[in-house]
Amino acid sequence: MNFDKELDARGLSCPLPILKTKKALNDMASGQVLKVTSTDKGSIKDMQAFASQTGNPLLSSAEEAQTYVFFLQKK
Amino acid sequence: METQAERTNAFAADGALDRAINERIDVLLEKRLEAKLAEIKAKKTPSMTIIATKGTLDWAYPPFILASTAAALGWDASIFFTFYGLELLKKDVQGLQVSPLGNPAMPMKMPMGPDWFRSIRWNIPNALQSLMPGYEAFATTMMKKTIKNTGVAEIAELRSLCIEAGVNLIACQMTVDLFGYKHEEFIPEVKEFCGAATFLPMAKDADVSLFI
Repeated sequence: MNFDKELDARGLSCPLPILKTKKALNDMASGQVLKVTSTDKGSIKDMQAFASQTGNPLLSSAEEAQTYVFFLQKK
Repeated sequence: METQAERTNAFAADGALDRAINERIDVLLEKRLEAKLAEIKAKKTPSMTIIATKGTLDWAYPPFILASTAAALGWDASIFFTFYGLELLKKDVQGLQVSPLGNPAMPMKMPMGPDWFRSIRWNIPNALQSLMPGYEAFATTMMKKTIKNTGVAEIAELRSLCIEAGVNLIACQMTVDLFGYKHEEFIPEVKEFCGAATFLPMAKDADVSLFI
């Protein structure tokens, strides 16, 4: 999937992946896509909740070799 | 011939008109109220107020984690620091300590060495813990190392993230007086030094209110 910005949150624990995602989205324009990679097992659920609470659509969520990859679109 | 007014009067006289109007209003009101309430809820920014009363390294986490996350979700968040919680607003939070003494739930594990060594849970009796000089300092060092190893944020970092995200940090003036603190000991981001009467109205209107 194409993306406009990438955030590497690997090795970080709750709540840092979410806080850094929020910060990364702040500097982006509406419609742009952010790719986030994380190793926090809790981030699968947390990212869904973050997306639904903030209204930024979670385009995809996948796991590859214990790394979680998310694509979020800025609303 | 009966006029419209006379008919209405006759109708009203036995209360039938009033009943009909009331029934109709009930039906309409329910529909409109539901829509209106949903609209108000959608527009409202959720808010959270937390009372932070503890000043140890472990208990420093919940208020800052929850408040920074709430802010990331777009909520308004405020933390009222009282009693030992005031330690979390000091300029230097490097000195926060953790104590395993009297805390049987705290897993005492070594953050270094081979895996078999790391997995040992050291059950040291309270009596021994209390006799060993520097035991808390040792436990704190181990905890900090574990925090670093597991990628958990440091308190100073979480606090900075809270400040950056606009979390409202409030200090209890009564505790400042009680413990003999000075306002200069606290970070300048503490905008308010106040009391229960300021906090309670905020908590009343908050969607989430927690005591930690």
